[in-house]
Amino acid sequence: MTETLLTISGLTKAYPGVVANDTVSFEIKVGEVHALLGENGAGKSTLVKMIYGLVKPDSGTMTLHSAPFAPAEPRAARSAGVAMVFQHFSLFDALNVAENVALGMEDPPAMRDLAERIREVSEAYGLPLDPFKTVGDLSAGERQRVEIIRCLLQDPRLLIMDEPTSVLTPQEVDILFDTLRKLTSEGVAILYISHKLEEIRALCDHATILRLGKNVGTCVPAEVSAREMAELMVGSAFEAPARAGKELGDVALELRGLSVASPGEFGTSLKDISFAVQRGEILGLGGVAGNGQDELLGALSGEIIADDNAIRLMGNPIGRFSPAQRRELGLLTAPEERLGHAAAPNMSLVENALLTGAQREGLMKNGFLKWSATQEFAERIIETFDVRTPGSDRAARSLSGGNLQKFVIGREVLQRPEVLVVNQPTWGVDAAAAAAIRQALLDLAAGGTAVVCISQDLDELMEISDRFGALNEGRLSDIRPAQGLSVDEIGLMMGGAHGMEVSHA
Amino acid sequence: MLKLERRPQPSKLWSYLTPIVAVVITMIAGGLLFAALGKDPVTAIATIFWEPLFGEFAFYYRPQLLVKGAPLVLIAIGLSLGFRAGIWNIGAEGQYIVGAITGAAVGLAFYPMESWIIFPLMILAGAAGGWIWAMIPALLKVRFGTNEILVSLMLVYVAEQLLASMSLGLLKNPEGFGFPGSRNLQQYASAHNGEIIAGSGMHWGVVAALIAVIFAYVLLNRHILGYHIRLTGEAPRAARFAGVRPNRLILFCLGASGALAGLAGLFEVAGPAGQISIDFNVGYGFTAIIVAFLGRLHPVGIMLAGLLMALTYIGGDIAQSNLQLPAAAIQLFQGMLLFFLLAVDLLTNFRIRLAKREAV
Repeated sequence: MTETLLTISGLTKAYPGVVANDTVSFEIKVGEVHALLGENGAGKSTLVKMIYGLVKPDSGTMTLHSAPFAPAEPRAARSAGVAMVFQHFSLFDALNVAENVALGMEDPPAMRDLAERIREVSEAYGLPLDPFKTVGDLSAGERQRVEIIRCLLQDPRLLIMDEPTSVLTPQEVDILFDTLRKLTSEGVAILYISHKLEEIRALCDHATILRLGKNVGTCVPAEVSAREMAELMVGSAFEAPARAGKELGDVALELRGLSVASPGEFGTSLKDISFAVQRGEILGLGGVAGNGQDELLGALSGEIIADDNAIRLMGNPIGRFSPAQRRELGLLTAPEERLGHAAAPNMSLVENALLTGAQREGLMKNGFLKWSATQEFAERIIETFDVRTPGSDRAARSLSGGNLQKFVIGREVLQRPEVLVVNQPTWGVDAAAAAAIRQALLDLAAGGTAVVCISQDLDELMEISDRFGALNEGRLSDIRPAQGLSVDEIGLMMGGAHGMEVSHA
Repeated sequence: MLKLERRPQPSKLWSYLTPIVAVVITMIAGGLLFAALGKDPVTAIATIFWEPLFGEFAFYYRPQLLVKGAPLVLIAIGLSLGFRAGIWNIGAEGQYIVGAITGAAVGLAFYPMESWIIFPLMILAGAAGGWIWAMIPALLKVRFGTNEILVSLMLVYVAEQLLASMSLGLLKNPEGFGFPGSRNLQQYASAHNGEIIAGSGMHWGVVAALIAVIFAYVLLNRHILGYHIRLTGEAPRAARFAGVRPNRLILFCLGASGALAGLAGLFEVAGPAGQISIDFNVGYGFTAIIVAFLGRLHPVGIMLAGLLMALTYIGGDIAQSNLQLPAAAIQLFQGMLLFFLLAVDLLTNFRIRLAKREAV
């Protein structure tokens, strides 16, 4: 395991206004799992895009098996033995597994032969998969298997995986790790991108840490602590959110047997969801992506209409209320998708402040808008939540993900909600901003607001929630106190391995 | 190789500059077109843009600018509301026709009684006619999810047949010696939409267009409904999240644009055109689509664009008679304006960079 597979030396790529990669160098050895670690915006994506031929470096060289390697396009990279599993799947919901795999091949074999190959490879690596199943019906974990198998069919020498565990339950993560270990034992090298430190410590042989486009260190993860890696990654120590002891108040939000059909064809309908949240409490709702999170937020925000009595806000049935009516009563929400859902990308921050603030902040009178008051509100959000932007007249899309998320969360928090529901509040947000957002949620709860936090980040949920439940195929598990829950228990609440089992080939 | 790069922030400068750049490019391309037809391009362009405003007969053409510009602006203002929200009323021409028919019918029903109340009643009837015609695609879309583009467009042809039927039947002038067409409202004082100041071209339609511009400006910039219209166009999901009810918005936008188109039809039939006839409509409803976009869907921009479009109409007529340019060439010229505008529009959100071709 000492032979070098890929050498990267001095790779630099600059975009207007930002150097995404600044003379990055490291080596990947045959048969190792090499972690690429860094915050959002550290340059991980740009780096792997260069290896995969999607982006051409400004300077620097790569050597693959001691031959110069400069793929001009992904096809060239693939034929050289580099394969990649993207974080966002490129699969067609309406086609079956074999058809999806065939679409990614240069000249696919007959469908029957291909199905046979898929079955062979999937069993050999412990990832059982029915080639004739429609992709739309698969869980996120199974979809990822399709992507992995699509790569394995090319007999890759280097497999790049971009945050593969973000869509998996802990049990599914174990299955994936077994597969990856099996691959490395056959001499395949894996470049593993993640910001989950414990995972990297468990799986990876070496880790290269990027910060602001630079390689700030390579280490052996098993030999250093997660804290040391985090500090390398962030560049400074940051504070974990502080939580005060608290007393809980009356029930603020109660769901009784909420069932709604998903508006989308491949969405997940909600089935008989019941829970109650008290003032001052944070309820964490976990679950793998696509198990009804968006629908639950929609039903609570008022975008999806439910039965009158299924949702009660401080005792009042509000299931049929419009989003504006719910806001007036104090039920505020922040959806997962920042651009296009929580905020209008081309509109200014002032206009976006009006989007949900119109009612509670008194930003209009008889329908006529008070722009100066709205601007004050926008600037208050920017100041209170440390949103980095040249001014409130900037378009929402010009902000980085973390800054826009602070703005979106801040917009709701400052309206003094009775109940706040957030979905993926720190998704794609750098560590410092994520800590600030979590702290804001904790402060809000300490002030007597009932908070529901829907998230796929289990660490986050364990950090801030008082009680924990999990969504699984539109159903909600039992809700249990968050303290003292083990990873295994959480995994089982999330639906175990989602009906996927390890095959022992 | 040229490369497009998205701007982080839409450029304010370019959003004002693009209409001007588009007009200039249209002049150049149009000049080439006219040259290819064997005419002196400079004379042709000057005839279209200069002659109506400052030429020998400008005293006649200048009022025409208002007469032709008013219906364009009135219709385009209505259309721009829907276009901003992604609701595409392509059938303003039909709503314009129906508004003219219903408005004229009310006036003709009172003939020959003289009263001040008749003209206001005709205005209401005209707006109602256009509104009803636009409610057809609106209700079908809300109820059955039909495509408003197709339905509103097809209703234009239905309206044209209705117009023919009215000029040959129900509204035909009983004293018209059998010629198709209604009585001439210009000769019926109570129903005549005459010039408010003689020789200025200023009739009630011009006043209505000005009011519409101000109304739309206030609505879009100062009222929550206008904000919701813009929000729906920018990000439909965010609009739902904000609490916009899409169906209400569809009914409002189509209804308002229909009513304004109907008004334009009424002011035209009671004024410059004078009567309901088979060839009453001359395409204002379609040209208004160009005007709306040329004006960047902004009320003030639409007012300027309406005047510019009226100018090319009038100048085009002069060019046809003085230089014997074919009518199709003039239409092509007007079409180019929209084409170049949409092309140049890209620069608001993107910048062009020279980039070296990446090696394959």
